Amino acid sequence: MSIYRKQRWKPFMVLFILPAAAIYLIFLLLPIVDSLRLSFYSGSGFIPKEFVGLDNYVKLFTQFPFKQRLWNAFRNNIEFFLIVTVVQNVFGFFIAFLVTRKILGNHFFRKISFLPTTLSVLVVGFLFKLILNPSWGIFNKMLFAIGLSGIIQPWLGIPATALPALAVVVSWQFMGESVLFYTAGIDAISDEILEAARIDGANPFQELRHIIVPAIMPIIGIVTILIFIGDFTQFDIVYAMATTQANPAFATDLFGSLFYRATFSTPVRGGWGMGMGAAVSSIMFILVFSAVMIWLYFFKMKGETDE
Amino acid sequence: MNRLKVQKKFWEIILFVFLSLYALTILYPLLLMFLTSLKTTREIFTNPFGLPATFNITSYVKLLTISHYLKYFKNSIVVSLVSLTIIMFSASTASYILAKYDVKGRGALYLFFVAGLIIPIRLGTISIMRMMIGMHINNNLLSVIILSTAVGIPFGVFILTDFIKMIPEELSNAARIDGCTEPGIFRIVILPLLRPALAAVAIVNFIPVWNDFWFPLVLLKDDAVRTVPLATALLFGQYSTNYGLVFAVLSMASIPVIIIYLLFSRQFIKGLSSGALKG
Repeated sequence: MSIYRKQRWKPFMVLFILPAAAIYLIFLLLPIVDSLRLSFYSGSGFIPKEFVGLDNYVKLFTQFPFKQRLWNAFRNNIEFFLIVTVVQNVFGFFIAFLVTRKILGNHFFRKISFLPTTLSVLVVGFLFKLILNPSWGIFNKMLFAIGLSGIIQPWLGIPATALPALAVVVSWQFMGESVLFYTAGIDAISDEILEAARIDGANPFQELRHIIVPAIMPIIGIVTILIFIGDFTQFDIVYAMATTQANPAFATDLFGSLFYRATFSTPVRGGWGMGMGAAVSSIMFILVFSAVMIWLYFFKMKGETDE
Repeated sequence: MNRLKVQKKFWEIILFVFLSLYALTILYPLLLMFLTSLKTTREIFTNPFGLPATFNITSYVKLLTISHYLKYFKNSIVVSLVSLTIIMFSASTASYILAKYDVKGRGALYLFFVAGLIIPIRLGTISIMRMMIGMHINNNLLSVIILSTAVGIPFGVFILTDFIKMIPEELSNAARIDGCTEPGIFRIVILPLLRPALAAVAIVNFIPVWNDFWFPLVLLKDDAVRTVPLATALLFGQYSTNYGLVFAVLSMASIPVIIIYLLFSRQFIKGLSSGALKG
């Protein structure tokens, strides 16, 4: 195609691109930029009244209770992200490695693994809230039945276990996504290479170490960056399992729930007004943006120069 | 040699058992949800693990009488159908230009679109609220439809541009010789061939559109415009002690996506996998 000179834009081309470009630009890209701008304003409701410069950020980083809430959400979000990343990458890869081998029912397992991912996070959160509920909860009854009554806890009621519980539920739900991505990566390795390795006498472990792992390195990057973006904007799971107050005692507060409370709640329930809300979302933007840049730097640079 | 075979068989069985246990951790909670919704309140407490003695649909009947559930269902269907239709149309015309015409700025435009795959729209919520209030469509399904469309377009362009690139140029040239206009080529040659790719775009986008909770929560206030996830949250809060009912609420929200996924899982997995490899 590139043997031709660049074509000139014709009216029909503009007409063909415009609807998609306009909707996407006006309702997705511009609002994000505009929200950054609004973080420099203060006002009630959704009307920015006065320009306050960096005041919102100064408050957020130095004053009670803003500073405490912000760092608490930051710490929780890092912990949440680390648990989900480790669980989803390790188990996701292992399961993908198994279902790409000739094991009875491998296609069934592939299909089933994605099932929870199709459900709403809200539904999954509510479902596990019921399962972990101390009075009816099936989970504690099961622990009891298999003789582990010693570790029975009100899992969502105590700070030490509430956040990990949420992280495990999210990992359970999105495991299918990792399995699917890793499966696609392993399937893309040509059969000849694997065949050749086998003829040379490679055992499954060597196959894994020298062929499969190097080939799926880029997938680790994609899975991890998607988890990062999802977790640093995660709200639904906190809403469903710990309410917008991030019970107990903000132990499950993530950036998403902090942003929601700051922006939409009444002052008594933790509302800080629109300007402060915009400042929180701007910090989330900076975190996500930095993570994407780091990912592009480590995982995409090579790909770009190859082309 | 024989011992090696036995050893191999042994490992295969271990791995099969492991995968079966994994499948069980997925299926059991979901089955628990459906089965509990079909139990009487008494049974839920006396027999939490087992099958219900009879399939009892009183929870579902109650759900339909205490809320306008069919209305919420209809709202969710309207949001999904309208936004998926706009996504498919606008993304396929845009992708046609990006794939087939080597115009100035094509690469940059493509990047502009696919960047949306990793930009979380939630971060623009405050500005979006202001805009929707300004347009007087907060508390109106239209707002959620527009936002779902904006979120879905990047994936649409990503999948369709690649797909259209693979359609041989000879087909278009043959139509040109017959005197077909360029927009005509899109309609007559390209669009009919796009069907499998459009199906993947629709199915992959359906899931997040149907499940979206954030924007309905912050934008929609009236009972008449509630979508299924928003209704799920409100009903769960209101009836949290009526276990049969809340399990029915959760089941109702899940059944459509589960059915769609099981019917179209092949297109679904194909659509997402191609994303994984190129991403």
